[in-house]
Amino acid sequence: MNPSIRKVSAVLGVLMVALFLNLNFVQVVKGSSYRDAPDNSRVLLNEYASPRGQIIVGGSPVAESKATNDELKYLRVYPQGPLYAPVTGFYSITATPSPYLGTEGIEKYEDSVLSGGDSRLFGRRLADILTGRNPRGGNVELTIDAAAQQAAYNAMKDSKGNLRKGAVVAIDPSTGAILAAVSTPSYDPSKLSLHDPSKIDDYYTALTNDPADPLQNRAFNSLYFPGSIFKIVVSAAALKNGVTPDTQVLAPNGYIATTGASVKSCNGDVTNCVENFEGEQCENGKTASLAYALAKSCNTAFAALAVDQLHGQAIADEAKLFGFDPDSQLTIPMGVATSTIGPKSDLVDPGHLAHMAFGQQSVRVSPLEAAMMSAAVANDGTLMTPYLVDRELAPDLSTLSKTKRSEMSQVLSPTLDSELQQMMEGVVTSPEGTAHSAAISGVTVAGKTGTADTGATSASKIQPDAWFTGYAAKNGSAKIAVAVILENAGVNGNEITGGEAAAPVARAVMEAYLKAHP
Amino acid sequence: MTGPIAALRIPTRRNAELLMLLFSVLIVVAAEAAVEATRDGHLSAHLATYAAVPVAIGLVTHLVIRKVAPYADPLLLPIAVLLNGLGLVMIHRLDTGLKQQAAENHESFQAAAPTQVLWTVIGVALFVALIVLIRDHRSLQRYAYTLALVGVIFLLLPAVLPARYSEVNGARIWIRVAGFSIQPGEFAKILLTIFGAAYLVAKRDVLSLAGRRVGFAVRRRFIGFDLPRGRDFGPVLVVWLVCIGVLIRGHDLGTSLLFFGLFIVLLYVTTERVSWVIIGVLLFAVGAYLSYKLFGTVQTRVGVWLHLFDTADPVPKSNTCSPAYVYCNTGYQLRQSLFGLGTGGIFGTGLGGGHPELVPLPATDFIISSFGEETGLFGVVGLLMLYSLFVARGLAAGLAVRDSFGKLLATGLSFLVGLQLFVVVAGVTRLLPETGLTTPFLSYGGSSLLANWVLLALLLRVSDAARRPATTPPPPPQAKATPQPVGVDA
Repeated sequence: MNPSIRKVSAVLGVLMVALFLNLNFVQVVKGSSYRDAPDNSRVLLNEYASPRGQIIVGGSPVAESKATNDELKYLRVYPQGPLYAPVTGFYSITATPSPYLGTEGIEKYEDSVLSGGDSRLFGRRLADILTGRNPRGGNVELTIDAAAQQAAYNAMKDSKGNLRKGAVVAIDPSTGAILAAVSTPSYDPSKLSLHDPSKIDDYYTALTNDPADPLQNRAFNSLYFPGSIFKIVVSAAALKNGVTPDTQVLAPNGYIATTGASVKSCNGDVTNCVENFEGEQCENGKTASLAYALAKSCNTAFAALAVDQLHGQAIADEAKLFGFDPDSQLTIPMGVATSTIGPKSDLVDPGHLAHMAFGQQSVRVSPLEAAMMSAAVANDGTLMTPYLVDRELAPDLSTLSKTKRSEMSQVLSPTLDSELQQMMEGVVTSPEGTAHSAAISGVTVAGKTGTADTGATSASKIQPDAWFTGYAAKNGSAKIAVAVILENAGVNGNEITGGEAAAPVARAVMEAYLKAHP
Repeated sequence: MTGPIAALRIPTRRNAELLMLLFSVLIVVAAEAAVEATRDGHLSAHLATYAAVPVAIGLVTHLVIRKVAPYADPLLLPIAVLLNGLGLVMIHRLDTGLKQQAAENHESFQAAAPTQVLWTVIGVALFVALIVLIRDHRSLQRYAYTLALVGVIFLLLPAVLPARYSEVNGARIWIRVAGFSIQPGEFAKILLTIFGAAYLVAKRDVLSLAGRRVGFAVRRRFIGFDLPRGRDFGPVLVVWLVCIGVLIRGHDLGTSLLFFGLFIVLLYVTTERVSWVIIGVLLFAVGAYLSYKLFGTVQTRVGVWLHLFDTADPVPKSNTCSPAYVYCNTGYQLRQSLFGLGTGGIFGTGLGGGHPELVPLPATDFIISSFGEETGLFGVVGLLMLYSLFVARGLAAGLAVRDSFGKLLATGLSFLVGLQLFVVVAGVTRLLPETGLTTPFLSYGGSSLLANWVLLALLLRVSDAARRPATTPPPPPQAKATPQPVGVDA
């Protein structure tokens, strides 16, 4: 009998090996796919089992976890509602909105700290378990200034109190810290972070069906025609190439790019011919100083400058320094839409180049990039890398990391930059300037307006986007750079320029910030 | 050398057993401490309870074995105590999870762990009674037919009783009397193992020698096998058919698979003939095919196994799953088991740190998944090694014992444990269709636990006989009758 008992034991041994191999397959090979299966609620239950850390602005939480009595023990709430949505994102249990969650938001990009899973928090987590304390997530302190953010949001309301479509981004020029990031209309992230999937779905469906697209994060992820604010970049390129603010440049009423000819009117040739905004005359209708051309925002002057003097490559090089870089992998820590001057072919096509010079053609800019343009000029030509997270904090609020400021590029030498600063101050202060409404008494305000033709029309009137980008300096040091865009600002056929619509919003943000930080 | 001196030279290994029991207690206490630290954040009075159980059962059984079975295998008992203790810890841990779940759903909840403690005590009492009463395993041979009759009645009873006395979760394998639920099949398998061993030892010669050759010769080499005589084969077939018929009526696939395996192995070990294995496997294949054709439950289980993650297209309105699995409700348990195992990964979530309560019936059929989720691959493989060791020690007793009945009994009982474990783990890890068996010693359930303590008593008794010096007369059996002559293995 013994030989057959040995064979039986060998068979049992084979069965055990089969179990062992299959367990390896289930727990190791297929482990992560089972773990991440959509109907495996374990990961979700764990995420909600301990309080997630706070997202902090100015010492107060803008996202925090509150204890509940249901299966998911903590509920994510956003006390300020829609105000910080473009910054925080949301924290949703359902899979449906998650593609959106995946594209932006501190909740997503600082998840390892907020959830407590970060390796730097391992020791504290272990101590929490050993001492019987509920493990908690770390906190994230943002660079956002509460006063600037609130002022920007309020200023986006029209006279009836409705939010206009658009965005505001403010940056501290000397550090790159993002002081405000508003996208309107917005949504309430608390309602997307509920524990009831059907309520989330209802709200999410309503948001996606809203023509104003409140889920779109305009501040960082939308690209617009910059219009005349792009003249800051062309001006910088001109200063680098020997043009001074006082240099007289060609400024006719109409300019034909292919021939370089000055004409009284384009007579409908929109491909190669450029006219000033609403056909206005620039100075004497023949030439103007560069400073005058920027202040009055003469399209023909910049088109002629680009085509006859600078040529495409000089503008492209300068734009790259300002951040119009297709290779840029800028993260703040979210990725942001990359601004562009369009295809290389535009640089050699005179008609395209002429339109590029005043921010049309294929030039696209994000509100963040627009703010970076002013910030670079305000900071003596040094562009600081923008960032949103000031500090990562442990649950006990001790500092895990503080973001170090870093230089992104030098757009102009300090000497040339001071010339550009004066030119942009002229936009606000000189008689011909377009941004008088941005002026603040006792403060140096500089900027540039833009009225970008989007092709959108209402009642056969064009509906341009209204831009303003600029900065405020006090006692010789730049405090805040602000960019504002109001989409299709010319409501009901009344065309409104950047100076009329967007500059007052920027002024409100600057005033609020300077008041809070005298 | 004379007897007494030889007897002194063979160590009893009882101190090794005591040391191993100490390890078992330590592991159980550590596991319970981990559960409490994770679940409650502090240690509670429960820890004392769950430490007291392995200490008490370990001490009592150890002292009894020292007295009545001094040469018994020193590892079998510590492994059983460890598994029983770990089972209790996990059942207690699942109670905390299920209690919370019930509170959230506003349902009533009854803790299972205290009941399992009670069953453990009863199981140990039964163990002590058996090992004291049965001083020589060979005495069981005399009651072979009586035990077989009791075993068959145990099997038949639930199938004959009205469903309200016998059906739980769709399987008619219970006897429910006065609030107690007993699964008589658990005991039947041990009784029938004893019968099978006794019967086969008696018929051994005819079964292995007589018969007709089936096959053909190629270059003077015979290819084929020897067919047993019909009248020898008959009784085996009859017992087997009764078992299978009863079990299939009760929708208890796991146990029928167990009986199949058991009969094949007993026949094979008795006769050392592969022909029995081939016949058995063929019968099994036919039985499996027929039951698949005849019974919806079998079709469902095979369907779940093959198409667990398949989704319906188009989605019927009644399908509430997301994604819309074809086996939406019927596959839920196995999917959750796999999710738990996958989430546990290599090292597990830590005891108390996972969500094994998401698997329906986590404490009985799927307790291995609970361990897999919270102790990871390492934990489950550790458990597999414990079981392998248990089975190996049982088989070693079978190899070492001198009488054929003892060999068959030890092999049969060890094989039962090994095969049952295989069927359970293969089921919850989707290696085979899920069949619904308990994990020996670990799972919640009185019948299963009691039966396994009985099984342990018999194995220890055989192992004691195996190592007891030949010259030392066995302790006098309780029964007045002298042992009958038994077949001796050459």
